[in-house]
Amino acid sequence: MIVFAYTRDLLLGLWIVFKRTFTKPVTVQYPEERPYLPPRWRGRIVLTRDPDGEERCVACHLCAAVCPVDCIALQAAEDPTSYDRRYPEFFRINFSRCIYCGYCEEACPTYAIQLVPDFEQSEYARRNMVYEKEDLLISGTGKYPDYNFYRVAGVKIRDKDKGGAENERPPVDVKSLMP
Amino acid sequence: MIDWGRTCLITVTMLGGLLTLASLLIWVERRLLGIWQERCGPNRVGPGGILQPLADMIKMFTKEDWIPPFADKVVFVLTPAIVVVTTLMTFAVVPIAPGFIVADVNVGILFFLAMSSLAAYSVIVGGWASNSKFAFLGSLRATAQLISYEVFMGLSLMGTVALAGSFSLTDIVEAQRGLWFIVPQFLGFIIFFIAGLAETHRAPFDVPEAEAELVAGYHAEYSGMKFGMFFVGEYLSITLLSAMIVILFFGGWHGPVLPPVLWFLLKTSVFIALIILIRGTWPRLRFDQFLSFSWKVLIPLALINLVVTGGIVLARNG
Repeated sequence: MIVFAYTRDLLLGLWIVFKRTFTKPVTVQYPEERPYLPPRWRGRIVLTRDPDGEERCVACHLCAAVCPVDCIALQAAEDPTSYDRRYPEFFRINFSRCIYCGYCEEACPTYAIQLVPDFEQSEYARRNMVYEKEDLLISGTGKYPDYNFYRVAGVKIRDKDKGGAENERPPVDVKSLMP
Repeated sequence: MIDWGRTCLITVTMLGGLLTLASLLIWVERRLLGIWQERCGPNRVGPGGILQPLADMIKMFTKEDWIPPFADKVVFVLTPAIVVVTTLMTFAVVPIAPGFIVADVNVGILFFLAMSSLAAYSVIVGGWASNSKFAFLGSLRATAQLISYEVFMGLSLMGTVALAGSFSLTDIVEAQRGLWFIVPQFLGFIIFFIAGLAETHRAPFDVPEAEAELVAGYHAEYSGMKFGMFFVGEYLSITLLSAMIVILFFGGWHGPVLPPVLWFLLKTSVFIALIILIRGTWPRLRFDQFLSFSWKVLIPLALINLVVTGGIVLARNG
């Protein structure tokens, strides 16, 4: 009899829902309990420093170019104290636009820009969502503690000549390459 | 003679208790639904979130109370009051304990049926006065539902009346001293429960206010405390339905050990919880399905129930 089958299904549904009375809710009581955020969680964007404590960012604009919502703005400059070393004169991220896609982190050649597991960026005023360089810059190295761009790249800076990088041979004098 | 002092005391107690209960039910329902969906529900305001209705009330009173320019203003304002007033008036004939009743009229069931039918007008008129298409569709559905469930709602109760031999709710409760009417009138109980769910516009028969299709149906245009009145009315009618089920089929205040009032409240709260559980479980019926189900299945069943009960009562007495 189909009537009995329907009735049984209806009552079974009631019973299944009623059993939930005795299970623990899955809710995380947020301000008191914090959810676990994995290390690769894409949250607040930071600018990191290399192990020497210098800024990693070389102001190549790749992050600004790849950003799908155009929330990154920066301007390049050269550091007069450490010769040839580029750095961003200002670096501005508008977090009210940012969609936390992580493309900037993927595009960055020097691991300077990184997304960290932090989502608590609420503000009362919208202008406070615009982070300047001093808000973004952290004192540590972030996810790549040993990486130092200028120590592996072939570019010349004040205290390192061409060929002076790790895993790099001295430059070849092209004028000596006679046939 | 009417003892005016006692009647006034009971009236004030019932009014205060019912309005507190109706606002408390907002919290109870949200909390229970939360538990049954494996979340917490409101648990921030006050201990366990019990002051949530207070916060809601403050919010509703401070919100803009907007009357649409295209609405029929007088009817629009009047409608939310109808549902609350009629439901509260029905509670006048509800016997909570022996002697604890505002008006022990000898046609209690008829009064209940009349008042609950009047409450349905608030839905129809409210949707019509709003003069918007969603509200209108909601009231249209309410009308279609009304003409089907009102028929078997009355019919399903006649078996109980035949067994008790009286329309008075007190007499019906007294008649259940030995055996609750749920046993001889099981069919009547099922039919009345379905009709009651349709009457209170609760899931699975909440087509007049179906959130998924009609925004909020007949009260889509209402805001502020007028919207709140609709909600208070809904919770009052849930309480009324549970109380009526307890009185008519589950022996009212009868029960061992505990005092009668406690028994009545206990049974009523079980049914309130059941109605909330049903809302958390069953999907909404399409309203043409409900119409065909009520006309083709429930009304014949209610008639058969009435005829068989009447025959048995007649055979036993004669």
